[in-house]
Amino acid sequence: MSASWLLHRCLFVVYTLFLVSVVVFAITQALPADAAVTLLGENATPEALAAVREKLGLGDPMLLQYWHWLSHLLQGDFGTSMRTGQAVGPALFLALSRSLLLAACAILLMLVVAVPLGIIAALRRGGPVDLLAGLVSYLGVSLPEFVTGTLLLVLMADRLQWLPATGYVPLTDNFFDGLRHLVLPALTVSFILVAHVSRMVRSEMIDVMHSDYVRAARLRGLSKGAVLFRHALRNALLPVITIAALDIGYVLGGIIVVEEIFALPGIGRALIVAIEARDLPAIQAGALIMAGTYAVVNFAADITYALIDKRIRYD
Amino acid sequence: MTELIRRLLRTPQGAVGAAILVLLLVICLFGALIAPEDPEKMNVLARFRAPDLNNWLGSDQFGRDTLSRLLVGARGTVPLALAATLLGTLSGAVIGTASAYLGGRADEAIMRSIDAVMAIPGLLLTLLVSSTLGKGSLNAMLAIAVAFAPGMARVTRSVALTVRRQDYVNAAIARGEGSAWIVLREMLPNVAAPVVIETTIRVAFAVMLFATLSFLGLGAQPPASEWGLMVSEARRFLHQAPWMIVAPGVAIALTAIGFNLLGDGLRDALNPRDER
Repeated sequence: MSASWLLHRCLFVVYTLFLVSVVVFAITQALPADAAVTLLGENATPEALAAVREKLGLGDPMLLQYWHWLSHLLQGDFGTSMRTGQAVGPALFLALSRSLLLAACAILLMLVVAVPLGIIAALRRGGPVDLLAGLVSYLGVSLPEFVTGTLLLVLMADRLQWLPATGYVPLTDNFFDGLRHLVLPALTVSFILVAHVSRMVRSEMIDVMHSDYVRAARLRGLSKGAVLFRHALRNALLPVITIAALDIGYVLGGIIVVEEIFALPGIGRALIVAIEARDLPAIQAGALIMAGTYAVVNFAADITYALIDKRIRYD
Repeated sequence: MTELIRRLLRTPQGAVGAAILVLLLVICLFGALIAPEDPEKMNVLARFRAPDLNNWLGSDQFGRDTLSRLLVGARGTVPLALAATLLGTLSGAVIGTASAYLGGRADEAIMRSIDAVMAIPGLLLTLLVSSTLGKGSLNAMLAIAVAFAPGMARVTRSVALTVRRQDYVNAAIARGEGSAWIVLREMLPNVAAPVVIETTIRVAFAVMLFATLSFLGLGAQPPASEWGLMVSEARRFLHQAPWMIVAPGVAIALTAIGFNLLGDGLRDALNPRDER
């Protein structure tokens, strides 16, 4: 990994963020709501509306409005919520931190379940674990999060009463209780990931076990464990990282739905509330922060991949 | 074509998927006739009925028959998801083919804009677009189509780039045909096959996305019998009447499984060599 490659990737992230800001701005500008009406209510006098429009610069040309928005963004000012009248940035970043915690739990859960499941399914093709993995992968890609989430809620929280149904407790307040509140949301988000990644691991593993170097390692008389862990696994898991990184997009989408189901005050729920209230600055900032997170995570995955795989030289 | 269908039905996935989808088609066409009761008919004396002989799948908070609502609701979910996929696929295919045909700077500009749109996670983009268009089934359908188009454009372009180099395209250019003619009549029909496979796989996704939008309150609006909306409304009564959630949830899952199986079967039928 050369310095110029790293610089190139960094520039690409900045470029992506710029393009995303253009797209988000363009889409939200087409919102049918008049910001002045949202702010003052339906019964405002025309004079008051005109004054607010003047103040917000709503009459300015599109490019100028974009420039104002962008220059404020670059100074760390994400705008003022029309619903609460407070700065949207700090609230959204707090919400993002909760969402990232949820995402981290979901990804951890995915790794713990999907990798062993895929490996065992590949080593014992046609066995019970393989059938289970096949079933999970079908259900995972066919059940939307809001169905798995609500079904889990009915079963685990309502019928069995094992886990709390909704809400959020910060880990700093009560670590154990906070964790209990995260179990069902994390399970829901990770289900589709487990489905996808275990299938990937399985097919990569099957490929690798049939490859020449694994055969060579076996012929050299290495033990089964050494062949599996030192030779096969490393090469099988490599492509999985890229796929898992692409899945982060699904995770972000899943988080929006899951936070709504389990009343978890993260960025997805903040976005839904903003859309309900037609709170333009909050929608723009929320969407931009989510898309930005996506870009940065992909960047991180690229770097991890390059660090692990010495063969990759992008120059 | 008949050979393809025969091969498709010979794969286990294809056969099961096709069976589910035929059943779904029947429900979409005749659901209102099969339904034992009027899906909108309220009955205060029969609220929150557990599944029994009268209401096979129970009844909801207004005493409406869940089975009847499911059967009629198929029409509110599946055709719109199909339409969204087709619209997204078609517009994506036209953009991708045009981009490949034009080449050079135009191609570069189109592909970079597509990169920008695709840098936004799928559901987020759909949410943004549907919040702009406003609530409602039709707008949700359009939003899904918009979200699907860039991905389809990328897939189609990669296929169309090889088609672009074929002799019949050069011949059409030499004949002096217009760009629109060449893109729509010469190139598009020849990129269809891989695009069709991609489309069947995406229908399952569209069904789930459409139901998700309704669940989030941006798609179908009450009192419509739409599956995602039914799950969303049932959430308030999950303690009294859990079957209200289970029934539409299973319906969505079965539909998605049907399309996924069919997509897998189709892929196997077209590339018989690939064993995974």
